[in-house]
Parts: sequence; structure tokens; C-alpha cells
Amino acid sequence: MLLVRCPWCGDRDEAEFRYGGQADVDYPADPHQLDDAAWGEYLFVRANPLGSFNERWVHTAGCRRWFSLVRDTATNEMSPDIPRRRESR
Amino acid sequence: MMSSSNPNRLNASVRPGRIDRTRTIHATVDGRAVPGRPGDTLASAMLAGGDIEVGPSIQRGRPRGVFSADCTEPNALVQRLDGDCPEPMLPATEIELQDGLRVETLSGVGWLSEQRDTAGYDKKFVHSDVVVVGAGPAGIAASLAAARGGARVMLVDQHRELGGMLLDGQAHIAGHPATEWIGRAARELAENEQVRVLTRATALGCYDHNYLLIAERRADHPDAPPSPTIRQRLWHVRAKQVVLATGAHERPLVFADNDRPGVMLASAVRSYLNRHAVLPGREAVVFTTSDSAYSTALDLLGTGARVPAIVDTRPEPPTRLVEQVRAAGAHVVTSAAVVATGGEHRVSGVRVRGIDGNGSLTEWSAEFPCDLLAVCGGWNPAVQLFAQSGGAVRWDPVVAGFVPSGAGGRSARVVGAARGTYDLAGCLAQGFASGAEAATLSGFRTAPPPVPQVDGDRQASRPRPVWLVPDESRSPEECTEHFVDQQRDATVADIHHALGTGMRSVQHVKRYTTISTGLEQGKSSGVNAVGVLADALSAGSPGEVGTTTFRPPYTPVPLALFAGRTTGRLYDPVRTTPMHRQHVEAGAVFEDVGQWKRPRYYPRGNEDMHAAVLRECSAARTGVAVQDVSTLGRIEIVGSDAPEFLDRIYTNGFAKLAVGKARYGMMCGADGMVLDDGVSMRLAEDRYLMSTTTGGAAKVLDWLEEWLQTEWPELDVYCTSVTEQWAAVAVVGPDSRTVVGRLAPDLDVSAESFGFMRFHETVLVGGIPARISRVSFSGELAFEVNVARWYGQALWEATMTAGSDLDITPYGTEAMHVLRAEKGFVIVGQDTDGTVTPVDLGMDWAVSKHKDFIGKRSLSRPDLVRQDRVQLVGLLPTDTTTLLPEGAHLVEPDVSRRPPVPMAGHVTSSYHSAALERTFALGLISGGRQRIGEVLCAPVGGRDVEVEITSPVFYDPEGARRDGPEQG
Repeated sequence: MLLVRCPWCGDRDEAEFRYGGQADVDYPADPHQLDDAAWGEYLFVRANPLGSFNERWVHTAGCRRWFSLVRDTATNEMSPDIPRRRESR
Repeated sequence: MMSSSNPNRLNASVRPGRIDRTRTIHATVDGRAVPGRPGDTLASAMLAGGDIEVGPSIQRGRPRGVFSADCTEPNALVQRLDGDCPEPMLPATEIELQDGLRVETLSGVGWLSEQRDTAGYDKKFVHSDVVVVGAGPAGIAASLAAARGGARVMLVDQHRELGGMLLDGQAHIAGHPATEWIGRAARELAENEQVRVLTRATALGCYDHNYLLIAERRADHPDAPPSPTIRQRLWHVRAKQVVLATGAHERPLVFADNDRPGVMLASAVRSYLNRHAVLPGREAVVFTTSDSAYSTALDLLGTGARVPAIVDTRPEPPTRLVEQVRAAGAHVVTSAAVVATGGEHRVSGVRVRGIDGNGSLTEWSAEFPCDLLAVCGGWNPAVQLFAQSGGAVRWDPVVAGFVPSGAGGRSARVVGAARGTYDLAGCLAQGFASGAEAATLSGFRTAPPPVPQVDGDRQASRPRPVWLVPDESRSPEECTEHFVDQQRDATVADIHHALGTGMRSVQHVKRYTTISTGLEQGKSSGVNAVGVLADALSAGSPGEVGTTTFRPPYTPVPLALFAGRTTGRLYDPVRTTPMHRQHVEAGAVFEDVGQWKRPRYYPRGNEDMHAAVLRECSAARTGVAVQDVSTLGRIEIVGSDAPEFLDRIYTNGFAKLAVGKARYGMMCGADGMVLDDGVSMRLAEDRYLMSTTTGGAAKVLDWLEEWLQTEWPELDVYCTSVTEQWAAVAVVGPDSRTVVGRLAPDLDVSAESFGFMRFHETVLVGGIPARISRVSFSGELAFEVNVARWYGQALWEATMTAGSDLDITPYGTEAMHVLRAEKGFVIVGQDTDGTVTPVDLGMDWAVSKHKDFIGKRSLSRPDLVRQDRVQLVGLLPTDTTTLLPEGAHLVEPDVSRRPPVPMAGHVTSSYHSAALERTFALGLISGGRQRIGEVLCAPVGGRDVEVEITSPVFYDPEGARRDGPEQG
């Protein structure tokens, strides 16, 4: 049972959260501009690193808000997210 | 001075023991009474009575005896027969003796009872600053230091009293017997309100982020109340800091016939002597590779036993120890090993040979008579919890054991014997330091207390492990009596057999030989297997072979403990609608839909489901029927961007939907697969009420929130679940207009004034405010009447009253399924499975060509426009009475039945229809819409059922019935 830090509610058990996968995978501004390969990449391809991973969680059984954090996939050590990457969409 | 019933019990003046001599209690083993004292274990009571032999071994039927005094016991395993439920495979060394305890001995395998376990099990969830596992000297010291700093401390120990190995020995702390120090510490901890001491509690698992599971035994011991409510409790603990003071387990030695009854771990002999005042034998040979067994020899000699020989593998054991035991009357043989044991049901003597620096036998030999052989192959630090939590271990050649490797980034700190520190002063120092450090790190700054003076310490010179004492005549491959795992009857020969098949990894050898797969899970056999393997592979050290993976639970626990109270009625939360009582009174048979209890059908008289559903369907098609639809998910979507938001979420358009109108909507994932569906109403320009499937409500709300928060935070939209705010009934059938007209006298319910997919707000008879819509999931004229939740019962009553002269018929989910399937309406999750698009379902009409929506881009992916994708079709068995099973596969009639048989599709829904007077089904068939009229086969129960592919709409394809009969 991981201990996940919700930015709004604090440290809570993993069971209160739902995992949201890799963070910062933006929904394409205009999906119809993408060719099939690029759209397939968006739909199905995610990073799976050993080590630092920027990922999303949602506090479903709490404040219901989404947030990102950085987890070491080898040790499960977690730290708050790095500053938001995206400048514009 | 030994009593006749307990011939091996030592006089109190020789050894008081941690037992209550004022009372005698009795257990029954294999039908025989075994007397003992409170404080005894079943094993110590058996030994006190002179019984060392237990059940024969599992594979080879060899005589076996009590071997240990702890959870590593391989032989003395029993099945408990008293209590709520016969419990298998309990080590007699861990069972506390109590009156009425009744067991039978086992041969390495127990049996499961079919009897229901009626004992109480529960769970408790707590937070703690510092959790200390193990209440030996290091653990007690850590708890004292952390508690003195003000931290909330939890001290957990497997046994009934604190002290750990101190209770097995004769050490002194600060000039007094260690038991006095333990007593003072126990009082100090008990008096501190911030401290919780859990005894008879085993830390089963240590997980990420300092999460622990602890099994507490509240019954099955002499101190328990006569009929305890809770037999065992599972503690879920989240700690800020964890200190593991889990101690060490003594290793057996591997030599020929090392499994004979009377061969016992040296530490166990000492434990029985000092803790239970039991002398397991009168004439004991001690066979050791390290110092600790000398204490056993001294304790044996001090209680009047003879020690014919101490056989030490080391050429030069510490002179001080040798002189001590010689002065006490024992003979020490160095550079030697026991190579054989004699006796049948109990060891009667040993043969000893010299062993040289390479581990080969020398010519020197001797024989010694004995009735006990105390063995010490060294010690295994109990790193199980540390390793489970992700810590790495390394081989330490100095202590000859696997110890926690220094760094690892884990916060669990390991102290004392669990990290290979075996001297008492060292254990206390590490305990105090780690306790203070843990308290400081959890916010209670404190310094470690000074370490008191100790003596009677355990010695600590370098051990000389011998993984395999060579056989006098046979090669290792033939060592079939050198047991590595007694419970599994697995030997050195078995390990060599595994190597002979080409296995090298300890993980493979473990599984092939079954070594370490028994109750002790490698605590005693594991490292010996690694050592034998290291020798056989000529590895430099056991560290090069490595360990198998340590997994929870630390010791076996009943599964009932994990279930706790969440069984039967409390297995899952139950949701009921306000009308639930009325359904119960009407005799409804319920089904679970998610956590909801929904009426499945309402049998009248002796009707079975089939008859009831036909009757309910007929009522809906020819008269009037009513269903409780309060369970449908409802989400209110509010905000100036609500129209735009729904346009993006739904495959069809909602922005242009007029206020006062409703529309069926379908939503997809980004991959274009159907996610959920339902009807949404536009209540105002900036306000919609979305309905979802009963099971999909929570998922859909999560889905909406995800897009709003993570992709479109600029949209002014708020979503609120209002499922529980509403109660609703669907009134269905040609007579529904009459019923609703009576129910809502102020409302013009004529087809002209109240069109399909419209809704109106009104006040029902009795003054109940209501929102009534004209939606239909059956193809019939139908109304859905929604009221505030607390009017649910009144609404049901009023509806039944309004339709009583029309024989209004309550119907359940089963009839609902039939009615919708007759019309070809899909149920998401039944006719879809996450790989089906709206186009596959033939619902292109609900897919907008003009606007974008989530999933639209995917619908043009090459795979989603394949002509051979499965498509929703109707299926009519040629024999009109044959009901296809849902899930049945469909194949081409002429296809070869040699696997793999190409599959044409499968049945998703299948029913008897009252309206069609036959059976029918829906299914997903490859390229199905192009194949209408063709025949497929459903191989069912060994025969082929012929099935014709049809349109999925079986009933009223023109939709003529939607507006009901001509106005009358």
C-alpha cells in the first residue's frame, strides 16, 4: 500500500486513488491533423522507464482532483511533480 | 525431583522457567492427555512428558522429532481439532498449551475442513510514529528510546511476553538477571500512553512506505477470555519509521541421518531448559560451528545433564569457552563433525570424524552415546521483513549469514541479531540508537540512553560453517539421508539431482527440490540449500548463489483473517432504492447490478423465472408495466460551456438540443470504443441532466472529471453526481398514458402535447413534485417519472394505485432485458466489451459527421474500418425453442472442427420472447450485416445449433408503437 501525497489532502493510502498513467501526454490539439501512426502513438504508446517517472494520479475517494508526481519505478519513492512542462498547446 | 507425569520437568530450584507451576493444564495429542503448565508450548509440554517423537515424515515415513522451539519447526506439525474450525499445519512449538486443546500429529501435510469457520476475525487500521518489530533486547531498547522521546510507539512481538532470546538464556543486565530489566522495560512501556505493546502478534509483511500487516492472536492461549469475540485481529499499520529487531534463526547442520528424533537445534535445547524448565535429554552431544552452542552445553551441564562431547568444526574454538565447558565436565572435540547417528525412534549415539580445512573427513573417529544431539550450524539473521520491503541482502563472511546490505534508500532500519549483531551489548546499543533516531526523524528529537553493563553475553568469535558434512562412504550425489528440508523430505541428493538436470539458479533448485516451500518457508532450510549449492558449484561464497525471494506472510495465517468481517452479508456494501421494501413485499427475486440490489423478476404463485418474465413482458407490450429505475446513474452538468463539453464527450450533438428535450447519447474512449450510454435532458441553457448505466455511473463521472481537469480546464463546467437525489419509475405499455394521466392530473399526456423525448415538470397526486419524460427502452409508449428520493415509496404506491384496474405489472431487469433486446437496443457491457465501436453496433445514426468528439479520430483508423469487424446482428435458432447460451461461439457450418476452429462471432444476449413466441438472440458476427439470412452453427453441449443471422430489430421495426395506441 503506497502512501500517496495528494497536493490538496496530504498523505493518503493508495487505495483512495486511481492511477492515471504517464503524465504530460497531451490530447492532440487537432487529432484529425495526425496521420494514423501518430494517432496510434498517442493512443497506445507510453514510456515505461526503470527509475524516475512523471505520472498522474486522481484522488477518487477524496477530493477527486488530478495531479502529477514523480515516482521512482524501482523503489516507489515519490516526490512532487516537477514544474509544468507545457508552455502552450 | 521430577514428577512422574512430567519426567523431564526441571525442579523450580534448578530452573524456575517462565511457567506457572501452581496450575496443571491438559491438552490431548492423538487422543492421549498431555499435561503441562501455563507458559508451556504444546512442544515443551510433550518434551516435559518425555515425548520427542512426532508424526513420521511426509514422503519416506521416517521417524521425526521435535526439532526447534520456534516458527522454523519442520516436524512437530499438528492439526487442531478443537475450536471453531479444524486448523491445519500448526507448529507445536508455537501453540500455547491450554486446557481443552486437542490436536493430531501430522506427516508434513494437514487437511482442510469443510466446516465453516465461525470464529471472529477483524481488522484495525492505525498510524504510528515508530513501529518496532521484535521485543528481544534490541527491540525493547529501541522502543524505550523512541518512547522516551515522546513518539507514538508500537512494539510487536510474536510471543506472549517480551524478552525474545533473553528468555532463553541467563544474561545479566546492569548487575541483575535480564528478566528484571525486561520487567522494568515492560512496565515503563505499559505506563506510557503513547506506547502500544502487541504481544502474540506477528508482523506478516512490511511493505512500501512503512506499511505493515500484523496478525494478533487474541484467543487460543491461557490468558484469553473463555469465549473471545475476536480470535485474531489483522492490524494495518502506517508508520513514520520502522525498526526491525526480528532476531535470527539457528541453522541446522547437514550430515547423514540428521533427521533422527533427538536431533534438535542447540538454541531450542537452551530455550526448553531456561524458558520452560524442560530437559529434553539426559545425555547430550553438542555439534556446532560457532560459539553459541557452548552456552547450551553449559546450561545442560548446569542442570545435571551429561555432555559426552562438544563437537566443533573449528580447529581452535575460543580457549575461554573450551576451558569453561571442560571445567563443567564436558569434552571438546575440535576440527570434527558428526557423520552418523544411531538409534531408531530416538538417537542413541553419534559417530564423529575429524574434518580438515577443506571440509574432507580425516581418519580420526570416535563414537559417543547420547539421547540428544544439539546442533548449531550458525545463524540466519531474520531479514524476511527487511527484504520484503525492498531491502537488499549481502553475504557477510564474518557472521556467516545474509545480512541487510548497508544502503538501499529504505527507511526500515534493522538492528541486533537481524543484522548479524549477536552480542547483547551491541544489540542494546543498536536498539537505543535506532529508537532515538527513529523518534527524531518522526519529529521527536531525542538522544539514545546510555547502554547498561551486561554479562552472560553470547560469544562472538568467527564461526566455521560446514554446509555439507561428507558421508563416510558415499558421494554428495548419493547423500539421500542428508536432509536439507525435513518437512519436504528433501536431501543433498535432491539438490545434486537438480544440478544434474542443468539447473543452476537457487530459484529453480528450490522449486525442483521443494526445499524451503514448506511451513518454515526457508527460515531454517534456505541458507543450507544455498550453501550446499555453493559448494557443488564451487562458488566462492553463498553470496554468489544468492537467496530466493522473501515474500509475505512471514508465518502462515488463516485466510479468514484477511477476510475479517467482510464475509456474507458484509462482503460488499449493498445499495437499495427507496422502494426496496415494496419490492421485497411484492416477492421480488433480486440480482446484483454493481452494488445495487435490483428486482430481477416478480414471481406470482409458483412461477419460475421463465414464466414470470414472459408474463411481465406481455404486460409491457399489451397493457401496462412498471419498473423501478432509480438505480440509473445521474450526473448534473452545469456551466456556460456545458453544451460544448457534452458535444465533445458524446458521439452525437447536444449543444443544439432544445431546453425541455432529451436525447440518447453514446460516449466512446479516445480509442473509439463504446464506453457508456444514456439519455440526457437539457434542463436549461447551461444545465443538463445526464443519465448513465447503473453500473457505469462512477466511471463516467471520473471520465468527465478527467477531461475537465486535465485537458480542458478552460471550460466552465461542473459535474455533480445526483444519482442518490432521485427516485424514478418507468411506466411502460399501451396503457401507460392512462396511468400517467391519472398520476399527473395537471399534465396533458396526449401524444400531441407530450412528444417523444420531451420532459415536463408537474405535481403528482398527493402533491409530489415530479419531472416526467417520454423515453422508452422497450419500443413501447413509456414514461419515466422522477421524484425527489424521499418520495420514492409514495411514487411507487401512487403508480400501483393509478394502474390497479389495468393490472399494472411490476417488472424486473430480466423482462427489461428481453424487451430492449426485441428492439435491438444494446446494453453497454453486455453487447459490448470494450472492443466494439458505435459503428460495429450499427449505431452510425448516433455518430456525428459534423463535429469532433472523443474517439472520432479513431473511427477512421484502418483497423476500425475493416469490413470483417464484428457487427451486431440478430440470431434466430432454427428450432424456435432452443435457447442459445450467452457467450456461445458461432462457427461456419462446414468448417473443420480440428482446433484452432475459426470463430465467426459470439452470442451476447439470448432470451425467450413472449411477443415473438420463440427464442432469439443478439450477437457480434464478423461482417454480420452483409450476412443477413445466412446460417451459422453454435456448437453447444456436444451438438450443433443452427442459427440464422437476422436484423437485430425483431419487434416493431417501424417504431409504430412508440407513441402508443390512437388517442382514446
